[in-house]
This record gives sequence, C-alpha cells and structure tokens, in this order.
Amino acid sequence: MKYEIIVVGGGHAGCEAALASARKKHKTLLITSNINNIADMACNPSIGGSAKGVVVREIDALGGEMGKIADKSQIQIKKLNSKKGPAVQSLRAQIDKIVYPKEMIKVLKNQKNLDILEGMVEDLIIEEQKIKGVILKDESIILGEIVILTTGTYLKSDILIGDTRTRKGPHNEEPSLYLSDNLKKLGFQIIRLKTGTPPRIDKNSINFSKTKIETGDKIPLRFNHDINYDYDIEKQEPCYLTYTNKKLHQIINDNLTKSSMYGGLADVTSVGPRYCPSIEDKVVRFSDKDRHQIFLEPESRYYDDIYMQGLSTSMPYDIQEQLVRSIEGLENAKILKYAYAIEYDAINPTQIKQSLETKIIKNLYTAGQINGTSGYEEAACQGLIAGINASFKLEGKEPLILKRNEAYIGVLIDDLVTKGVIDPYRLLTSRAEYRLLLRHDNADIRLRQKGYDAGLINEEQYSKFKAKTKNIEQLEKLLKISKLNPTNEINDYLKSINSALIKDGITMYDILKRPEITISKLRQFIDIPFEQEIIEQVEINIKYEGYINKAQKEAEKMIKLEAKKIPENIDYEKIHNLASEAVQKLKQIRPTSLGQALRISGVNPSDISILMIYLKKGDKND
Amino acid sequence: MNDTIVAISTALGIGAISIIRVSGDDAIKKVNSIFIGKNLEKVASHTINYGHISENEKIIDEVLISVMHAPKTFTRENIVEINCHGGIATTNKILEMLLNIGCRLAEPGEFAKRAFLNGRIDLIEAEGIMDLINSKTEQSRELAINQVGGKVSNLIKTLRQKILEVIANIEVNIDYPEYEDIEELTIKDLEKKMKNIKKQITKILEESENGKIIKEGIKTVIIGKPNVGKSSILNKLIDEDKAIVTDIPGTTRDIVEGTLNIGGLLLNIIDTAGIRKTEDVVESIGVKKSLELTDKSDLVLYVLNNNEEITKEDLEIISKLKYKNHIIIINKIDLDKKIEEKYLTDSNIVYMSTKDNLGFEELKNCIKEMYNLEKIITQDLTYLTNARSISILKNIVKIIEDIEKGIVNSEYIDMLEIDLKNIWQQLGEIIGETYEDELIEQLFKQFCLGK
Repeated sequence: MKYEIIVVGGGHAGCEAALASARKKHKTLLITSNINNIADMACNPSIGGSAKGVVVREIDALGGEMGKIADKSQIQIKKLNSKKGPAVQSLRAQIDKIVYPKEMIKVLKNQKNLDILEGMVEDLIIEEQKIKGVILKDESIILGEIVILTTGTYLKSDILIGDTRTRKGPHNEEPSLYLSDNLKKLGFQIIRLKTGTPPRIDKNSINFSKTKIETGDKIPLRFNHDINYDYDIEKQEPCYLTYTNKKLHQIINDNLTKSSMYGGLADVTSVGPRYCPSIEDKVVRFSDKDRHQIFLEPESRYYDDIYMQGLSTSMPYDIQEQLVRSIEGLENAKILKYAYAIEYDAINPTQIKQSLETKIIKNLYTAGQINGTSGYEEAACQGLIAGINASFKLEGKEPLILKRNEAYIGVLIDDLVTKGVIDPYRLLTSRAEYRLLLRHDNADIRLRQKGYDAGLINEEQYSKFKAKTKNIEQLEKLLKISKLNPTNEINDYLKSINSALIKDGITMYDILKRPEITISKLRQFIDIPFEQEIIEQVEINIKYEGYINKAQKEAEKMIKLEAKKIPENIDYEKIHNLASEAVQKLKQIRPTSLGQALRISGVNPSDISILMIYLKKGDKND
Repeated sequence: MNDTIVAISTALGIGAISIIRVSGDDAIKKVNSIFIGKNLEKVASHTINYGHISENEKIIDEVLISVMHAPKTFTRENIVEINCHGGIATTNKILEMLLNIGCRLAEPGEFAKRAFLNGRIDLIEAEGIMDLINSKTEQSRELAINQVGGKVSNLIKTLRQKILEVIANIEVNIDYPEYEDIEELTIKDLEKKMKNIKKQITKILEESENGKIIKEGIKTVIIGKPNVGKSSILNKLIDEDKAIVTDIPGTTRDIVEGTLNIGGLLLNIIDTAGIRKTEDVVESIGVKKSLELTDKSDLVLYVLNNNEEITKEDLEIISKLKYKNHIIIINKIDLDKKIEEKYLTDSNIVYMSTKDNLGFEELKNCIKEMYNLEKIITQDLTYLTNARSISILKNIVKIIEDIEKGIVNSEYIDMLEIDLKNIWQQLGEIIGETYEDELIEQLFKQFCLGK
C-alpha cells in the first residue's frame, strides 16, 4: 500500500487534515485505532466560545469542515459578549455528541481520494531524516510521502483516578504504547501533559428546579459562511447553572490527599492546563471564594448524560459521589461516567516549523494535542493547516503561514513554535495582539482568498465572496458621496434620537461615526439596496475606523520586523554581545525573522538590536 | 569576544588620584603586561594590588590596581582599575601606553552601554549612568544616582502593573463571559483608574521638569534697552563665580555665554540676544524679536535703568513676560531715581548697582526662591531625566486623554483596551522590558477560571 499523505489519528485535527489533503486531490489515508471513535468529542459538549468561535469561522473561511458540521449538529447556540464590541463577539454552540461524529464520518466516507483504515501506528519509517511511511502494531507497513501525526491524548496515556493509574486512552480506548518512545529516539523532546474531564450525570436524576436555566439566543446564528442550515430556534436544548458550596469545599479539603494530583499518586509530574483547573485546584488556590459555578450541559438528544462543566477532578469514585450530591439540585444525582484526569505524551512544539512540518524529520507534520494544545477547535485548525501545507509540499509550493494579524490560527501556531508550551495551550482573545482585526464577522474577508488559492474553496463560494467584498466597497462609496444637509426634517429627526444637530452638510459616512446613528436609521433618507451582512460589515468599518487603524498601525510595525528574515545558517555563537540566554533560545527555536525572534521569551529588545546590527553588517558583506 | 576598552574615569585635573578603567576579556592580561608587581592574571578577583607601571624598565607611576573578574563587575566583563598617583601627565601617559598595546579608547558611556548589553542594568539605569557621567553639580549627581538605583524603574513598574491588572480584568471578562465571580470592569471603574494613573504620570512629569532643571540648568536670557548695563551684569555674574567661561554648546544650538552655580542650581546664560556684540537689543531688533528670544529661555532677566523713565516698548515686553519666569532688574540705583514701579506690580524686582556691586545676592536669592530650590533639593528625587522617557510619558498622557474621550463617546471597553495595551507597552519601553506573556500569567494568577 502506498499513499501520498498518511494521517495518523481520527480526531478533530486528523479529520481536517485528511479532508484538506484529499480535497486537494492527493491520495490520502486516515489511520485510526477505532473507526467508531472518529471525530469523538471526548470532553465538553460544545464548540466555539471566546476566540475559539472565531477559529471555527476561520476554519470555515479556509474551506475546513468543523463549522459546517457544528451547525448541523448544534442543539443550542449563542453569541458571547454580545454587549461588547464586535471584535470580541463569538459563537458558542452546544453540540450533540452523537450527531457530530456521525456527520463527520459521513463526509469522510464520501470524500474522494480518501481511505480510512483501522489500526494502531507504533513506529515510523525514516530514511535520511525523511519520512517514508508508518508501521502498525500488527507490523504491517504503509508507505507514504508525507505523514501527519494527529494522535491527540493517545500517546502513552494514563487515566488517573484517586490512587489508580491505568494505561488507557479516553473511554478506555487502547493507547499508542511505543510511538512516543520512537519519536524520542528520533530526537523529539517528549513532554508530559495532563488534562481532565468532569463527571457525567443522569439527566433524570437532577432536580432542575433548584438550578438556573440558560437558553440559546433567539436569533439564528451560524458558523458556516455558505449554507444557512435551518434549525428551530424555539427547540434549543437548555443548559443549567448551579453552584458548588461550602460543604463541597469541605469535602475536598478533607479528602485532598486522595486526589491523584494532591498525593493520591506519588508520581504525577505532568502539567495540567491553567485555564482548566480541577475543582481541587480551584478550592485550594482560591480559598476565599465561597462557591464556584457549575454548568450542567446536555451531551446529546439521544442519551441522558449531563456534562458537569466546572467539576473536573481526579478524586476517587466515592468522593466524586459525595461531591456531586452535595450540590444543590443534585442531591439524588446518579453518576453515569466518573471524572478522571489523563496524562499523555506530546512533543515540544518548538521543534516544529510554522508550516507544522517537524524540524527534525522532513515531510513529517504534527497537529493537535501532540503539539501541546488543548481543545477541539485548536486541534481542527492545526489539522487543516497541516493538511494544506503537506499538500503544498507535494506540489512544490510555499507553505501557508498565517500571520498574527491575519488569523487566530496564525497566533496559535506562532505561539506554539516560538514559545513552546508548559501546560496545554488554549487560545484566548488575550493572546492576540491585533484582536480588533481578527473578528468573527470578517473571517471570510481575511481568509477566503487564501482558501481559494489553496484549492479548498470552490468557484461558487468564491464568486459569492467576491460579490460580498464588491458590495462592501460600493456601500462605503455610496455613504461617502451621500450628504445629509441641515434641513429642518433632518435636524428634527436628529433631535428625536438625541443626536447633535448639524449646521453644515455632513456625509453619511461621517455621521455614522456617532454611536446613536446606524445605517438602518439612515434608510429613511436614502435608498440602501444592500443585505444585512454587507451593512453590518460597513458599519463596523466606519464606527471603529479609528481603533481599527490603530491596530493596523501596530500590526504594520510587527510586519516590518517580520520582513527582516534571519538566514537559516546563522551562527548565533559568533554574534558579539548577545546575551547567553538569548543565544541558547535562538539556537533552539531558530526563528525565521526578527519579528519571531522578539517573541521568544528570554530574548530581549537589546538582543534584537544587536541581531539587527549583525544582519545589516551581513548585508554589506554580501 | 569584546575588544578591550579603556578610559580615564575620574575628572582630569581634579583630585590627587585619577583612575583608569579597563574593560574587556583581555583587560587583565593587557594591564599585567605593563605592570610590575604580582602577576595580575593570577590574583584573586576583587583584590587591590600594589605595584608600578613601567615602560622599557622605567618606572612611570606607583599605582594600586583593582582586579575584578567577569561576571561580577559593572560591565559583566573583566575589569581592571588603575589608581594613578602621578597627576594629569602621568595618567595620560599610562592611557597612551594602554592604547599602544591594543586597548581602544572608550566612547562616552561605553562602559554603561556594555553593562546594559550584558544585562547588568536596565535601560533606565543605563540612561541614569549616562546622566551621571555628564552631571555637573552635586544635585544632578544625586539625581543620577537615584535613577541608577532603580527608583524610577520601580515607579514605572508599579504603574505598568496597575495597567496590566486593568487589562487582565477586561480580558478575563471577554474570555470568560459567563463567570459571575469575576467582576465586570465597568466604564466607571476604568474612568476612575485612568484618572488616578494620569495623576501619577503628570506628577512624574512635573517632577521631571524640576529634575531637568537640576540636570541641565536654567536657560537664562538678559534683555533690555541699550545702556541699561546688561553686559556689566553678565560679566559681574560670571566673573564673580569664576564659572566656566567658554563657548560650550548647550543642549540647544544656543551659545551658552556663561554658566553660574547658584547653590547647586546651574544658570546657563544664553547669548541668544548677542548682548556682547550689540548693545542695542531692543532698538535694533525690535520688540517682537526680543520676545522671540524670551521664548527659548526658562528665565528672563529684564534690565531697566533706574535713572530713566519706562518706555512704551519696555512695558509692552514686560506685559508679555507675565506668563514666564522673569525678574526685573532695576540697575544703576547709584544714580537718581526716575523710574516708576507702579507698572511693575506683577513682577519680581531686584534693585542693583553693578558699579557699587549691590544687588547680586538679592538676585540669586530671588532665583532660588522662584525655583523653590530648597524644595527641589530636599525632596524625594524620583524623576525621569532623559528626553526619551519624558517624551514617552507625555505621549502616554495623550493616550489617556484619548481613552477619556472614548469614555465620553461611550465606546466599548474592549476598544479602549487597545489604548491601554499601548500605554502598557510604552511604559515597558521606558524600562526596556520585553513582552513575555505577562498578561497571560496575570490572568491566571488574578482570577479563578476554568471549565
């Protein structure tokens, strides 16, 4: 058997990678240890959220699959931060855990050029630092020009509950026992990470009257740019909010040493995610808080499991029972699945390039949790980029590298390869310096062209996109040439909406900068034949022009430094005055530009000045 | 490897001992090659060694040599300091010898530059040291030392931390919109915090203005009609203090006619008016031009003749001086009084007779009082003294004003945060700190988050 591209792992990264590569007409094989587990949502039953929701939009704009399937399988959707500015709004959908994988498998099975194989990859075939294929547990060999590893949490994973450690993957699946050791032999630094998941309880055993209901938004919302999947707004599944309490905190404190992380297991060295602390961590670290929120989220319309967001723990079963039942409304709750922590191997992501190809082995790509990230969205977007770049490599094209001012995906990958990770990496809006440019609403404007260039956006989608950008231009032009004159009619209207009167003529473009003026209000004075989507975009552009320009100016500074390339063969030891810590970090990460070098922790601005001077000298010598 | 630099680090001609400082990987080796005494390459670090400097077996000077090994030195390189006893000529001779064997004469501030590049001191400290090198009076030296000690750095760091906390709060509201136990930072909170931060920055700027006066001195012009005695006053002022009477280019392109030390405060008398060349300032260059001259100065000494009546031109100029620091000198009090002070109620007046040497003490006291010299000197010194930092702070005040405007226009708080981040970054520029995921750290330290 020989393939052009082999994807190892059928999680969210693997699915996007395999689809991108097959859609780009490369003969692709997806190997998964369990076909029934493809696109499994092992933890929370939701997709999107702050920053993550924007990533789903970006995936969709580039021609990935996640947004489409999330729309098809959502059972509740809302816009977060709707009372804040447009730059921080994003969607979050509760997803039916049965429907999502089912829909994804359907797409994979119908995809031309894509084969799916059940098997466990345990070794790689390498010749002269170049990948040639993979070896399965049954010792069969599959050859491939490119391999993309998307192994998730399955590398030597251990499930930790109380004082027990079991070598298993999520849902007691078989883990990959040897692949990470083999990667280590090739020179990869293996790091040990940890994450956790809360208990699931039976919907029928909850007294919902003691909780607060949380419903979806009452307007239609979608991740996907192309198809308007219909759903019944009135029939969304609610979530419920309840709280931990002093009693629960007492149980934790009394039994703390039984938790795997607090002494239950002596050999835990892995680092858990800071953004997703266990309930033990929350109680210990923030002892001044009397209660913490617990969200009860339905996992599916087809079974009764309720996910307890906020109660991730590695306490033994009996303590978990006590914890759950101490919560208001859950006095009689029945646990269907117990919480656990999971430890797994990942590689140090500073050993991969911005293209997601590893620095050590040619044609080997990695994406998702193996790179130290966490989250379905983070995994999916890396899978997509790895799939695109693996294809580009076969086609002899330059890789697609998104800049920090172009996409959250760019921020994520740049952070990974430049800074490495200590704990599992989650995207946050605060990680993006140019957040105002990376909005939910303009994902297609930012990325559709790139998706089209990559061959993942079809002509129909593309012409629709082109029409959109043209309409935006036209509407802006219209507003710039249309004037409001200080007539009685207009001033009377302005007075009626508490807006300052005008003395001279003013363009509609300029008056829109007033917070109380909207395009829909201007419609009574002028015909505006554009769709709501166009109007929204233009309104944002006009209202936040000043701030957008500021962000753009900042981004340009970064781009300038980014344009200053560092030659691959640079010898940092030879540069006078570079601090030794900087030399060490630069040698390890080998940044491709001064911009990237500046983002390495331990490299100071003074080191950058010295580097800059050194590079300038080099120019002269050439 | 760094080349070895050398410089005389004490002021030439002052004091009995002068010190030559050598820094670089080869510093010890190089000095050892001209030294007779212990083998300096073998002595312990941070020791002082007695011996002689010699050339062709001839003793040049009797010296004490401090040997300090990297990295526990000011530049983090090997440093040797030679304490020479032989006066200017010998010190110069030793310097020359070191240059002959391959040391390079250090550029002004190069030791500090190396200390900065090698991570020994931060940017503010480096700039403070540059100021120390240039300091002319005791007060400005103290000020420079204060900055070296990191007092300003600490102040900026505190401000920066405050901004970071605000940003982290806004960020956490965005990233975790449903977490109730994290308080939403409201526009009102922001307004209050910005007001407070602005107040502190404005205070640093005000104090820095004083600091600047201590460091750079007060630019002073003497103007007045012909024959009121401007040049005599200038000459008396300068002669009396035996100040450095050379044409030292000042910080502007003006020629400093003379520098005068009033109780630690430098008065730089600037010859913009060309007092020495043309006696006829007001008449030859006119009222308008005279006023332009005053624009460039911190202090105007306007001279009138006791023996003459005030003219229309005088009054016109004096009325315009109202908003500037100025002193009216009524000269020639040895002659009959014809002047009427009733027009001069808004000004400080000093009566003077250059002929009888009267009024100079009064003038000095008047200046001291005007600049609140006692207060400046005894005050806790936390100023920024270099132009770069001051201009960044001024810019930050402008950004805060933008935020205030945004608040009035009810912009979204996450939009205003762009300006906050900018402030945080610029404060970082003052102390030369880099962006190191501080925000993310802060986020998780300050708030309880998680799924």
